Order: sequence, then C-alpha cells, then structure tokens
Amino acid sequence: MVLQTLEQQVWWPALWSLLKIVVVLVPLLLGVAYLTFAERKVIGYIQIRLGPNRVGYRGLLQPIADAIKLMFKEVVVPSNANRFLFLAAPVLAFVPAMLVWAAVPFGPGMAISNMNAGLLYVLAVAGLGVYGIIVAGWASNSKYAFLGAMRAAAQLVAYEIAMGFALVGVLMAAQTLNLTRIVEAQAGSGFWSWYWLPLFPFFLVYFISGVAETNRAPFDVAEGESEIVAGFHVEYSGMGFALFFLAEYANMIFVSALTTVLFLGGWYPPISIAPFTWIPGLVWLLLKTAFLLYVFLWIRATFPRYRYDQIMRLGWKVFIPVTLVWIVVIGVALETPLRSLVR
Amino acid sequence: MPLMTTVLFYVFSAILLGSSVLVITARNPVYSALYLVLAFFSAAALFLLVGAEFLGLILVLVYVGAVMVLFLFVVMMLDINLAQLREGFLRYLPLGLAVALLGVLELSAVFWTAPLGRLGIPASSLPKGTSNTRALGTLLYTHYLYPFEIAGVILLVAIIAAIALTLRRRPETRSQAIGEQVAVRAGDRLRLVDLREPQK
Repeated sequence: MVLQTLEQQVWWPALWSLLKIVVVLVPLLLGVAYLTFAERKVIGYIQIRLGPNRVGYRGLLQPIADAIKLMFKEVVVPSNANRFLFLAAPVLAFVPAMLVWAAVPFGPGMAISNMNAGLLYVLAVAGLGVYGIIVAGWASNSKYAFLGAMRAAAQLVAYEIAMGFALVGVLMAAQTLNLTRIVEAQAGSGFWSWYWLPLFPFFLVYFISGVAETNRAPFDVAEGESEIVAGFHVEYSGMGFALFFLAEYANMIFVSALTTVLFLGGWYPPISIAPFTWIPGLVWLLLKTAFLLYVFLWIRATFPRYRYDQIMRLGWKVFIPVTLVWIVVIGVALETPLRSLVR
Repeated sequence: MPLMTTVLFYVFSAILLGSSVLVITARNPVYSALYLVLAFFSAAALFLLVGAEFLGLILVLVYVGAVMVLFLFVVMMLDINLAQLREGFLRYLPLGLAVALLGVLELSAVFWTAPLGRLGIPASSLPKGTSNTRALGTLLYTHYLYPFEIAGVILLVAIIAAIALTLRRRPETRSQAIGEQVAVRAGDRLRLVDLREPQK
C-alpha cells in the first residue's frame, strides 16, 4: 500500500521531472561553454584580433579543451582557509544558477515547472548566488578575496531593489506572477505590443541591473583584476574556479532569457505575418536571448570598469528613483483609459 | 495530507529546529549567520508545503536574499571576540528561557482557543482561480489598509532615525560633486594648441 502510493506519487513524477531537467540543463551547459567561445571571438573581432583559432576548425573545439584543462588541474586549498566553506562556496554559487531555470518558460506550457509565483521565484533564487561569492571571499582568508566579497554583497543589495521594482512594474502591467501568462499578455500583432515599449525604463533598469548582478563588466568590481587581482575567486583553481565560471555564464544566459520573457515578448515573432510565424517560437526566444547575450559582450568590450562609488550612486540614486516614478506612472495609467497602452 | 507532504514536513521541521539550535550554539559567528540562513530556508519550505507560495518566496527574497547578506557583511567585517561573546551565555540563559516560555504559552493559548480545524486549513484550498498572492494583496489593501500603512510609516521613521543617527557633516573630508563631474565638457579640461610654426 505504502509502496504503491510511493510509486504513484513519487517515482514517476520524479522521473518525469528529472527528464525535463536534463533536457533543459544539458543544452544550457553546452550554451555556457560556447558562450565563453563566442565572448572571446566577439571581443577579439571588436578589438581587431582573431580570438581563439587553433583548436579545431576556427577554434570551435576551444571550450572543450578549456573544460578538460580545468578538470585536470589541481584543486588547491590555502592552508589557512576554512576548508569546508572554501569547498562549499563554488557549489553555493552554482546551484542557484541552475535552480532559476525551473521557472523559465520556453514556449506555451514548455517549462520545467509552470508555477504560479514564477516571477517571485526567479527573483528570490537569483539573489542566492551571492552567498557563493561572500562565503568564498570569507573562507579564502585572503584580503583581496574578502574585498571582492564585500563589494559583491553591497552591489547585490543595491541592485536587487531596483531590479525588484522593475519586476513590480511588469507584474502591474501583466496582472500575474506566472511567467507563461506574462508572455501571453504581450501577444499582439508585433514587437510594438511587447512590454519594452510601455515599460521602457523598467526594461533598461532590469537589464543593466542584470549585468550588475551577474558581476559582468562594467560592474565587475567583485573581480576587478587590475585592483584586487581576481577578487573573490583569487584562491580558486581547477573545478572550484570552473564552477564559479559556469555559474556566472549561466546567470548571463538566464538574465538574457528572462529579459526576453518579460520585455521582448518571449516566443512571439517580431511581426505576426506569414514568413515570421512559420519559425517556431522556441527559435525566436533563443534568437532574442542570443541578441541580448551579444549586448552583454558588446558592453564588456566597450566600457571601462565603473568606479565602486559610481556603481553605488547609479543603483541607489538613479535606478531606484527612476523605477519608483515609473511605477506611479504605470499605476495611474492603469486607472485611466490609457490602460489600453499598457495592457 | 498526502504521505509525501507529511514526510517532507517532518524533514523540514527537523532541519529548522536543528539549525535554529545551532544558530545560538555555533562557535563561529559566521557559521551562526549561515545556520540562520538555513533556518529561514526550511521555514520557507514549510510555507510552500501548505501552499502559501507568496509567504515562502518573500521570506527567501527578503530575509535570505537581502537581510542575511547584510548580516553576513557586518559579521565578517567585525573582529568578534568569541570568548567575550560566550561569557554572557549563562547569565542571559534565564531571561532567554523566560522569553521562550512566554512564546510557547502564547502559541498554545492561540491553539487552545481557535479550533485546530480552522488553523489547519491549507492556503491551497482557496477558491479556484485566485492565487494567494492576489488574496493577500486584496486583504492588505482593503480590510487591513490602516494597520498596513501604519506599519509602513513606522518603518519610514526607523529609516530616517537610522540616517539621522549616522549622518554627520564633516567639512574637512574631500568628496566629489557628481553634478559638476557630469556637467564637464571636453573644452573645460582640454585646450588644443596649434604648435605648427607660423607660415612665412
């Protein structure tokens, strides 16, 4: 009796979920590998270099070579480090970066879990990645690592508020926290019915906060290789370092995918007429995500690193007031005939 | 309650209680803070188990995602003397026990008067089509509007008080005037001089 309920309630749903998780995470990790390759190539061409071109055809096997190198490198634990936390920190950074994908919808009804409070879930889980950085910085028992961790903590708190307000705007317009229904609320004849237009300030604030939360240039003060060597992961080598790396790039893909879902109409084609509607929605979603990832790399190749106090000023004194004002604008618009512009 | 939920309830409750005890007994304050994170997490899982997804996720978002990050920030920065910290343990033990006892009494009073059946209703038994986020929002902004706004004002007072306590004018420090920096044009900083020899 107990065994039978166990089988019905536990094993089959568990197996099914496991299958869905594998179907999402394996392409994701491959995407991470080739995002590092794309990054080196794109920045190479922007800086009039060739980028990696030795391993495989035009360097296409470079990420594989990097992965093998990282796997066989020795994991060094500094003698005065807190051993347990030092080894746990990369896991703490990696796990949330994978967990957030549970709620991301890839098409109508195509998500690992189509949960009701999806928007809250991704916001809550995405904020957990910083524990990996803070714990790594503290457990390394190194001043540079610690400085990096402190910077990351202050930066996260500043930008998470602006990010939260930007998402509040989205949920006001869509009237739901369910990510699938947020995309469906943007259905219309084309790209002018997506949320980036009525919620333009939120779109900018969310994407820039996303760049800041993933610790990417120009907000990469937590690493800041010219001032604090490599910040929080200065003591890590081999797979420990690789996990931080994987988490950072998976988070970049996640921020791009979520920006697509929230502001760029998810799986809807830019214009709803014949040749565009033939292409499956998943392809549109991936194309938009890939474009935003390119913007990530473009930003990195273009801008110098922000000074720390400038980052704080941008977060607290620019983004938070801007989002607060636009929340009021949207709130007023929803109560007047203007609501047809927003919804 | 299905079997699985019951099992998970006891697992999470055990983790919650265990980590709470470790918060006050851990030797290292950083470990204490991390155990507190674990305790919040388990509590959030318990909320999720009864279908109160809004409360569970907000607990993770606010306490784990923001409050505990700042806590860790401070705990790691301070050079805390462990021996000094432990000194007061026995002295404050009676007070702590009294507070705990009071809490237990209050809770049991609530459970005693309210029929258990009413408290045990899972949040998931809301009418179909209403999420509990919406239900909570509607309640907060209609029935409980005044208490909600008063709580907001109290928090605002606390924010202003904290700023007032730490704000000092220090004319001797050099700070940057951001407005002036942003308003600078290339012509203010750079003068192009023609160095060619005058044509004869």
